[in-house]
Amino acid sequence: MNPENFIADHVKNLPRSGIRDFFAIVSEMPQAISLGIGEPDFVTPWKIREASIFALEKGKTSYTDNRGLLSLRKEISKYCSSFFGPDYDPASEILVTVGVSEAIDIALRSILNPGDKVLYHEPCYVSYAPSVTLAFGEAIPVATTPGQEFSLDPEAFERAWEPGCKILMLNFPTNPTGGTAEREKLERLAKFAKEKDLIVISDEIYAELTYEGEHVSIASLPGMKERTLLLHGFSKAFAMTGFRVGFGCGPDWLIEAMMKIHQYCMMCAPILSQEAAIEALSNGTDDVMRMREQYMKRRDFVVRRFNEIGLNCHLPRGSFYAFPCIESTGMNEIDFCHRLLREQEVAVVPGTAFGNHGVNHVRASFSTSYEKLVEATERINAFVDCLDSENNLSAAV
Amino acid sequence: MSSLISLLFETGDPRPENLAKILGKEKEEIEQELEELHENKTLLGWVPILNPDKADPEKVRAVIEVKISPEREGGFDRMALRISRFEEVDSCYLMSGGYDLLVFVSGKNLNLVANFISERLSTIEGVLSTATHFLLRPYKEQNHMLVQDGESEGKLPVTP
Repeated sequence: MNPENFIADHVKNLPRSGIRDFFAIVSEMPQAISLGIGEPDFVTPWKIREASIFALEKGKTSYTDNRGLLSLRKEISKYCSSFFGPDYDPASEILVTVGVSEAIDIALRSILNPGDKVLYHEPCYVSYAPSVTLAFGEAIPVATTPGQEFSLDPEAFERAWEPGCKILMLNFPTNPTGGTAEREKLERLAKFAKEKDLIVISDEIYAELTYEGEHVSIASLPGMKERTLLLHGFSKAFAMTGFRVGFGCGPDWLIEAMMKIHQYCMMCAPILSQEAAIEALSNGTDDVMRMREQYMKRRDFVVRRFNEIGLNCHLPRGSFYAFPCIESTGMNEIDFCHRLLREQEVAVVPGTAFGNHGVNHVRASFSTSYEKLVEATERINAFVDCLDSENNLSAAV
Repeated sequence: MSSLISLLFETGDPRPENLAKILGKEKEEIEQELEELHENKTLLGWVPILNPDKADPEKVRAVIEVKISPEREGGFDRMALRISRFEEVDSCYLMSGGYDLLVFVSGKNLNLVANFISERLSTIEGVLSTATHFLLRPYKEQNHMLVQDGESEGKLPVTP
């Protein structure tokens, strides 16, 4: 039996995630300080955990409506209206999913025919291009650049457009760069989406963790609600990664199509997570603000330290990642990460794990304690000093 | 609350050099700020937060509800201050409700605490009654959970 014959070609040809390879190395070094974690270091606020425990005690262990508990969808509708702007009908325009990742997958599978094209910005979350491939679409990366602090560049999208494009995929604030999208730029992109008749999938999972300016959802712009799928979830802002609960809000015809796939492949999001999500939206926003304040202070510290060390680092306007440039060290990002881990036992993630446009950069999560951040940046400083000495020595020779 | 005080709460690290590093200030500037906080009595002192079960498992702690008779001039203050001055008393609060003062006391052993309550505290003129509750097991101390949340073998070192 040849196992190769039993793996579908499009899966076989899918590259392994660069982050997976790096994870394998770091997991062998439990003593290392990891700035490679893409999730909050805060434990889910107790009141949210307690709501889930209470639901379990009451014996809430059943399936739910495929779309999610109606009471949760009503809370989502209220939250979206107040935070993002658009009003969504809980009955037909909201689908509760197993995290945003599921929502992205089923949205792409709902919309794309084989060969349809998707414009997305890069560096970006690791799953975007593979999800497009798995839906038999063609992913077209559009670079966000260090010169613009990795913010939305609508002109780059316009230049990258080609016949067959069907979807614009956005993620602002962005993992891994912390880039955001300003209103004027979103307005220009919205005009472009309408002109080219594109659907927008907007993953706004880090929306609450915006530190500079206001977060603007493209779905809130005139005429955009009808062609935008707004994706959001509880993992980041509410520190609920393990609950695996997210949602999509969009036009009823798209939600209905997504629901068809969701009901067959997932049935519903776990009821205990949905109960926790209701508590999060009803009473958890103060906790979100508290955590946001902490992230912001840590961001200021980490970015300042990277710049002091000599690694040019823009100020991430959202998310909980710094994305410093390591070009000045003369190393590429992969060697830099491996040597840093080996010599100083600090893990950061190569920028190219998030697409080729992450070249010369590394992602460092500041979702960790001050104590670890202080120690990690000290060690990075020592590492960079050591590289400088090596470079000076070889220049002298 | 100043950024320095909130950082002290957050990190529990009073070393000026570390505070300066995080806040992006000079060490001397932080030392000056700490001195000012001491001088204006905002910062009263430094107390380590210990896990009682580990630091001093023999130590006995009790909470005492004390009823006292208020005085014509000064209300409860004189009595409260008098009780607070005993070295066995860790904290003392005026309360609303069924009693007047809530007094936290501690001692090396049960006998010493019992003696303090029966011979010193309850015999003060003006103390009408006491109800003593001994602390059996701590679960949270000064905002620190003694059983850590979120410790799980499943937590990954690198995630997307």
